[in-house]
Amino acid sequence: MQDKTIVYQGAGLRVAITGGTSGLGLALVREFLARGAHVAFVARVAERVERVVGEHPGAHGIVGDVSAKDHIYPMALQITGELGGLDVLINNASDLGPAPLALLGDTDCLDFERALATNVLGPFRLTKALLGALAASARENGAAVVLNISSDAATNPYPGWGAYGTSKAALLHLTRIWNEELESDSVRFISLDPGDMDTPMHALAVPDCNPASLKRPETAAREVADAITATLRRGRVAGTAAGNAR
Amino acid sequence: MIPASQPAQRPPDAKLLVIDKYGAITHMPRTSFAEFVRPGDLVIANDAAALPASLRGVHSATGCPLEVRLAGRRSLDEVRDFTAIVFGAGDFHSRTEDRPAPPRLKAGDHLTLGPLSATIARLLNHPRLVELHLNEPADAIWAGLAHHGRPIQYAYMPAALELWDVWPPVAGPPVAFEPPSAGFALDWRAVDRIRSRGAAFVTLTHTAGISSTGDIELDLKLPFDEPYRISQSTVSAVESTRGHGGRIIAIGTTVVRALEHAASQDGRVHAGDGLATQRIGPGSQLRIVDAILTGVHEPGTSHHQLLEAFTNDATLRRAAKELGAMNYRTHGFGDSVLIERKAHGCAISARTAKADAINGSSSLTRSSEFAQEPSAR
Repeated sequence: MQDKTIVYQGAGLRVAITGGTSGLGLALVREFLARGAHVAFVARVAERVERVVGEHPGAHGIVGDVSAKDHIYPMALQITGELGGLDVLINNASDLGPAPLALLGDTDCLDFERALATNVLGPFRLTKALLGALAASARENGAAVVLNISSDAATNPYPGWGAYGTSKAALLHLTRIWNEELESDSVRFISLDPGDMDTPMHALAVPDCNPASLKRPETAAREVADAITATLRRGRVAGTAAGNAR
Repeated sequence: MIPASQPAQRPPDAKLLVIDKYGAITHMPRTSFAEFVRPGDLVIANDAAALPASLRGVHSATGCPLEVRLAGRRSLDEVRDFTAIVFGAGDFHSRTEDRPAPPRLKAGDHLTLGPLSATIARLLNHPRLVELHLNEPADAIWAGLAHHGRPIQYAYMPAALELWDVWPPVAGPPVAFEPPSAGFALDWRAVDRIRSRGAAFVTLTHTAGISSTGDIELDLKLPFDEPYRISQSTVSAVESTRGHGGRIIAIGTTVVRALEHAASQDGRVHAGDGLATQRIGPGSQLRIVDAILTGVHEPGTSHHQLLEAFTNDATLRRAAKELGAMNYRTHGFGDSVLIERKAHGCAISARTAKADAINGSSSLTRSSEFAQEPSAR
């Protein structure tokens, strides 16, 4: 049994993060490692994965592309094998769609498909493959969490953000339906918009933006981790109360 | 009975034969399984996912191709040392009994298994059975298994099985060597239905072992190490259910083996890790499990023998006739059977289960279970 007062900050948690070698994903890897969690992260480029593992001893690096169907089960196997189970999944890996941003009428179908594959299908497939492990964690600990990184483009129809915004809107709805369906299993789904951050993706989308005006990914990572531990805390308290009632 | 040869975990026409505690037999669609569950019951599944335990490679000393099947280990957390069975050339399209022997193996031999390298630590009194040490660090082993390993395959399946074919929906930790296939019957809607009937659903983790080697002598050594883990929350659910008179319904033989082993000391299930080594068969007294959902096992097989702890031979013979007459499908992807433990008064004689503590000398304890054809657990 993990010490619950410590676990609320994240120590001992088994956390998987996609897109873990840059931007918010890398900040999340660092944030959870600093909190004493066991962290596995996924990213596409082997050299970058190796570099992040080299810089962060204890992190488990996994090479894979969430948009590729064939990569999902190998990824899930490594995540649950290396961590010995899973308490938290953060679907952070994201694709902007066309870069530079394009009006929908100018958007290549392939760019649109890639955004959907990375931002919707990938999180769906990976969550599904890991659902058994997450539900097992929830039965044992009171709750497990899947956090899907969202965007204000999920709810606002910004011109030029068609592929990205559509995919994030779908991810938001996916998150809400998962959350309804898995309430009895105590697997909680959170959608969180971290705001405009100083990340490579933002630079790609808005090249002329002043980075100083943007949120630091480290700040967003702390907010994400706090949202997750707060949700786990509620689930664990509820689980304890239900246990006492029996 | 016919073998199921398509890798569909939940074919819509899957059948379920039910034997109640009085020995009465009924048939229903398997999707109606939850109707058997009553308020206050507890359904327990095995949440182990199958490893890609089949690794193709080369015997470095001779250059001969071979296939290694990881088949046992001492604990759930072990990732480098395995009991393994080695086959010579060929693949799953040949029945295991027809597969050629591997090159002559000896301790210290090096194997290249795709991206992984392994050393034979020792032979285990059989030319195909070895203790294998994987040489890479743990994360590299997981990556190697993920990209090079395949689930253990079966000659009766025309196409190769992938991981998604053999992971039941509730599968979590990848620790089993073959899938705990009774769990194929349960999807998330079934779990919902169980709960909506006022029953509870929990899991334990049991490293379902390899079911057949194709070698009579080797099959007699099965099962190898079958470590299991039972969480405190599952133990609490068992105690609560027994306290209010609900039934414990096991999804698969591995759940029966784990629960009955964990309760073999004093009749109460204890949380933690253990190594299931006991035989369960006619004459075994079941202390915990009241009913089992399992695959269709042919008489004479060891799985079938386990069912004799639930009901008598005459009832099972009647059931076998009906299974045959109604074309039930056998094996992991086949139909299912649900047996409720015989009512008191007709109980079978007690027999103490052999209880070996983990770390005991039981790595190759002989047992009759799983010694036959691969079939649903």
